[in-house]
Amino acid sequence: MKLKFFLLAWLCFGLSLHSQEYFPKNDGVSNQKNNHTAFTGATIHVSPNEIIENGTLLIRNGKVIAVGTGVNIPENTISIALDGKHIYPSFIDLYSDFGIEKPKRAQRGNNPQYDASREGYYWNDHILPDQKAVESFAYDKKQAEDYLKAGFGVLNTHKSDGIMRGTSMLVALNNQGDNNDRILHQNVAQHMSLSRSVASSQSYPSSLMGTMALIRQVYHDAQWYEKGGADQTDLALEAFNANRSLPVIFEADDKLNALRADKIADEFGVNFILKGGGNEFERADAIAATKAAYIIPLDFPEAFDVADPYQTNRISLADMKMWNQAPQNPAVLASKGVEFSLTAADLQKKSNFLPNLRKAVDYGLAKEQALAALTSVPANLIGMDHMLGMLKAGYQANFLITSGDIFDKNSTIYENWVQGSKYTITNMDAKDIRGDYKLSVAGNTYDLKISGTPEKLKSEITKDSVKIASKLNYENGWVNLFFTPVGEGATQFVRLNAKTGADTNLSGTGVLTDGNAVNWTATLEKPFESEAKKEENEEAPKVLPLSFPNMAYGFSEKPQQQDVLFRNATVWTSEDAGILENTDVLVKNGKIAAIGQNLNAGNATVIDATGKHLTAGIIDEHSHIAAASINEGGHNSSAEVTIEDVVDPEDIDIYRNLSGGVTTIQILHGSANPIGGRSALIKLKWGEDAESMILDNSPKFIKFALGENVKQSNWGSTVRFPQSRMGVEQVFTDYFQRAKEYDQKWKAYNALSKRQKERTTAPRYDEEMETLAEILNGERFISCHSYVQSEINMLMKVAERFGFRVNTFTHILEGYKVADKMAEHGVGGSTFSDWWAYKYEVNDAIPYNAAIMHNQGVTVAINSDDAEMSRRLNQEAAKTVKYGGMSEEEAWKFVTINPAKLLHLDDRTGSIRKGKDADLVLWSDHPMSIYAIAEKTMIEGVVYYDYEQMQATHKKNQEERNALINMMLDAKNKGMKTRAPEMKEKMHLHCDSEIYQK
Amino acid sequence: MLRIKHIIAALLFAGTWMAQAQQTPAPAQEGSVLITGATAHVGNGQVIENSAVGFENGKITYIGPASGAEAAAFDEVINAGGKHVYPGFIALNSTLGLVEIDAVRASNDIEEIGNIIPHIRALIAYNAESKVVESMRPNGVLTAQITPREGRISGTSSVVQLDAWNWEDAAIKTDDAIHMNWPESFVRKRWWMGEGRGFKPNDQYTEQLDEVASFFREAKAYAKGQQEPRNLALEAIQGIFDGSKKLFVNVNGQKEIADMVSFMEEHGVESPVIVGGHQADAMAELLAEKNIPVIVSRPHRLPSTDDTQIKKPFMLASALISKGVLTGIDVSGQMERMNTRNLPFYAGSVAAYGVDKEKAVQMITGDAAKILGIEDFTGTLETGKDATLFIAEGDALDMRTNQLSKAYIQGRDISLETHQTELWKRYSGKYAEE
Repeated sequence: MKLKFFLLAWLCFGLSLHSQEYFPKNDGVSNQKNNHTAFTGATIHVSPNEIIENGTLLIRNGKVIAVGTGVNIPENTISIALDGKHIYPSFIDLYSDFGIEKPKRAQRGNNPQYDASREGYYWNDHILPDQKAVESFAYDKKQAEDYLKAGFGVLNTHKSDGIMRGTSMLVALNNQGDNNDRILHQNVAQHMSLSRSVASSQSYPSSLMGTMALIRQVYHDAQWYEKGGADQTDLALEAFNANRSLPVIFEADDKLNALRADKIADEFGVNFILKGGGNEFERADAIAATKAAYIIPLDFPEAFDVADPYQTNRISLADMKMWNQAPQNPAVLASKGVEFSLTAADLQKKSNFLPNLRKAVDYGLAKEQALAALTSVPANLIGMDHMLGMLKAGYQANFLITSGDIFDKNSTIYENWVQGSKYTITNMDAKDIRGDYKLSVAGNTYDLKISGTPEKLKSEITKDSVKIASKLNYENGWVNLFFTPVGEGATQFVRLNAKTGADTNLSGTGVLTDGNAVNWTATLEKPFESEAKKEENEEAPKVLPLSFPNMAYGFSEKPQQQDVLFRNATVWTSEDAGILENTDVLVKNGKIAAIGQNLNAGNATVIDATGKHLTAGIIDEHSHIAAASINEGGHNSSAEVTIEDVVDPEDIDIYRNLSGGVTTIQILHGSANPIGGRSALIKLKWGEDAESMILDNSPKFIKFALGENVKQSNWGSTVRFPQSRMGVEQVFTDYFQRAKEYDQKWKAYNALSKRQKERTTAPRYDEEMETLAEILNGERFISCHSYVQSEINMLMKVAERFGFRVNTFTHILEGYKVADKMAEHGVGGSTFSDWWAYKYEVNDAIPYNAAIMHNQGVTVAINSDDAEMSRRLNQEAAKTVKYGGMSEEEAWKFVTINPAKLLHLDDRTGSIRKGKDADLVLWSDHPMSIYAIAEKTMIEGVVYYDYEQMQATHKKNQEERNALINMMLDAKNKGMKTRAPEMKEKMHLHCDSEIYQK
Repeated sequence: MLRIKHIIAALLFAGTWMAQAQQTPAPAQEGSVLITGATAHVGNGQVIENSAVGFENGKITYIGPASGAEAAAFDEVINAGGKHVYPGFIALNSTLGLVEIDAVRASNDIEEIGNIIPHIRALIAYNAESKVVESMRPNGVLTAQITPREGRISGTSSVVQLDAWNWEDAAIKTDDAIHMNWPESFVRKRWWMGEGRGFKPNDQYTEQLDEVASFFREAKAYAKGQQEPRNLALEAIQGIFDGSKKLFVNVNGQKEIADMVSFMEEHGVESPVIVGGHQADAMAELLAEKNIPVIVSRPHRLPSTDDTQIKKPFMLASALISKGVLTGIDVSGQMERMNTRNLPFYAGSVAAYGVDKEKAVQMITGDAAKILGIEDFTGTLETGKDATLFIAEGDALDMRTNQLSKAYIQGRDISLETHQTELWKRYSGKYAEE
């Protein structure tokens, strides 16, 4: 059938574009044509905001010649009367890998690959800015048809592989032309992503934060290269620099990753066009604040099959809500003023594009905006608005002919013209035979109902209100109808056919079950009526409100700072003041305003704390929650990466931590390598975004590590240096020496006069060395994962040689063996209360460690390294009373003021002192009692957790689940497609976690 | 400061016998002992203030008010005024002694090859001299069920006391139960096959159950016949049908629990016990009616999904107990062996969320013994039972007061020293001398 249309089109219009005018021709005489084609009587959507009723579109040689109501039609014109049909510009999709060869997956060897495979290019195989889409392009007619049917005329296509992916090309979906016609531009945009190349196994980067650091380093290196800093040739950097003027399309695929990419763009003063993931509405304000343009997919999730209540239990509220809310994504973004185009990328079936587009409109997206997002916006974003996206003289003749408003679900796309070539989707001249008929065959009469869409007709035959199996085909003006008469076997058919004509009735010939020929008629009783009218009364889609974050335990309204007076509490100050009975604490403007007895509440809300205990919020020096990745293990040093890049504000463990009275944490890099990454210090402001959680003026920290993990004893390879504690020392010495030299080079350069600088090439900027130089200069602090005494001693000696001091040893399980040396060096110890026996190097770990170190004058904290333990650090502190006989007052400092000191935060949090942040916990009981429950957890005067409110929210979540389940059952009953229930996998990260990203 | 001085003094006194790697098991009880004046937690819910507990030849001979005991009749009288006496805590479903260091494969004897291997006996690999095992005792954990892991039917457990020369010495009930992992109705997606990450419904669930069902049928048929050739697996499973062995089933989901209950009835399994039971609260009435105990996952774990009530791990026990389900506390999970010494604090945690404090004690003593089927000779402070008990400075379920001055296993006065206390003393001594 497709072939027939193709031939028909070819015969009718003969727009053989297979010959360029300057090409030699050996298969006949010249066949150049210069005729016009006019489309008259149409509603023409020239641009999203400009509609011409009863207008004419005149095209020639693939271009629009004129459009309007008073168009002068030349004599050499083929006219096509459209009689009220609509014409729209064909759609443009900026995000596809159409026609591009898929990259070959690299085979993984037994050992990790640390060096690049390519020579002559950048040191990293995932940086492929030299990749050109056009070099691996082959036009795919079949795939093109899927796009053409969905309304697309032009695609921007790229090789979807690597972090820097090179340039994309712009292709017109001209199925009758050749690549000379179709390729509109071979260098449209530079493409980037957060995903590694599948074609290389090079280990670095192994994490999201490593990927971000690498992108930054490439930007630095490209600048340096351009200024002539390098002695060698780097074809990748040359390509990157050559493409600098092109727009950058960045595949974020997720709201949080979009914010991450935008952060990089801001740092380098560039703009990214961000390919979204469909969940941007959940953080629409932050998304709008990026001021970036977006490419938004319309891949809305299907409903879950919730028939089985047990299985349904496992589906998360967040996933259910996503089904309910995702179709509003474009509408929400539009309402926030976000500029975006739409893409069919991510859709397994391109045939779902139009239905989803209409759904987006049903969910509030204005039609003009929807149209702009598919035409003028994408054309503009890639600087092609002079020839694409509108129907004006000189533009490409890329347009759709539809039966009516394209956003009306009863409308049909008849034809999609690209570069003046017609692609027929539905035969526009075909007569609409839908309606109710009285069918007469061989003396029997039946009721025949023809319904459905013009593309897909349905027949229903009834005889004396008994339904009879039937099938109807309608092609090229011929109707074929089969049915099995009453009383005949299921394989017995009456076969009827008729050619449609001017008459509204159908009549023709056929064959009965016994093989005898017969004449038949079907008399139209009632013509087809669109269902559109009936559906107007349909309710608007019911969308559940967002919560912050948009998942279980999210707030309906973000909690506000309030002035509070805790009346008559037992106050654990974690200061010299000790433990104060029957004391009031006043919180004003997020700070502790007063501590005393019988304080005047003023306007503050009074909380009766009689019989309860009030403490400073717990601080966890060693946490791995709330991060999308923890280890960058691709190199033995990764000082260039920072956890601040990958803070995940939607980790339920944030809320769970609050439930245990934790207010501040250090998210540390893991221990995959001796020099790890930079930390994020955050307050657990549940519901806020990552940037609001990260502390203002945060002290700078970095994770170092020693022992089994860094020498890869229990996993990994035997090829990465170091493989022994001997080598670990050399890694540090080497890196610090290099950092020292690096720092001196820059200091020398910075000391030059302005004129001298102009004549000197600046040294290469190195993110990793910058970080290490900060340590040498006392601007960044080390928290070092450590177990056995030999290595603990070693790092202190290395630091002393380079003239700095190690800030904290974390884990430090044999700290008790060198506590005197630690005290002398001035390093703190942040340890587990009682963990041991999980690997060889913790054989001598003892729960008395904290007490011994404390007794020797070391500042000691108890940490968790674990999402479970961190929500009951109060109990872990209590264990030091049992093991080592700490006083309760000192034990409590192990989880409050001491970690604050280790993190250089003791001037703002960690104790109850006037002027400090109101980071407070109200406990039902003695805070170190096993029976204590955190009733309220406050950060800077905002109550982020309340035991009773938690229970109420849980109940509300259950109600929301129930409502959503009912909606999904309803969707299933209406015949919508559903998918099997699924459950997300929660990653609980530890030091050893080698997790790439969520 | 006072405290430190005390400690140092104690250390210097402790002196010479520090060099040993493991503590020497205590000899059999010789003289009779009476502990007076303490608050006795009997382990059946009962508390006796100002009590006396007497024992001789390893068995309890007196429990009651101090006034009722004849002190003169005992060889040794320990005045424990202001202190607390508890039955030794019992760790259910533990792997103590099966692995010494988690990351050292050579020290790992926790699982065997095969899917249905009830004949595999954990007791055989139990290392009575493990440094991890001795570290249980200063926290009051004196008895444990030693259990193999993995597979559909993992093998057979035994119950041991934690002060022994070898596994034969240690065993107080040999081959008490068979352990099974119920199939999950949700399984991890095969991401390498393009299914993405996360969990999806298990399409082999029924098949996996059929495998167990046919094994049970084979076993019953085998028992009736000549038993030739001998089949070790079919032989080992027999006890679950006549009630001589319990069947511990690791199962969490509501549907799986419902399936499990009917499956066990259908196959005539006498005494199934649920281990885990994350959603057992939804089936509590049924479990109470069928007398199926639940050993709840250790409360020091995270809720299983984002949506789960965030205190659910602490609250589950209370929900089951309030419906009359016999409930214990599991110790399995992350770093389970070394963490087993935290069993008293697991019990304390459930007491914080609705379980009566004395009931929480009972969960890890009398009720644990009942679940294991050893309640006739141990688990509570009742006359005639094993004198496996300890004296704590205060509430043993609270970290701060779980400080033991004495512990006895079957009347034997056991050492409360460990590899860890020795290192503590050694290094405290080093600094004291400096």
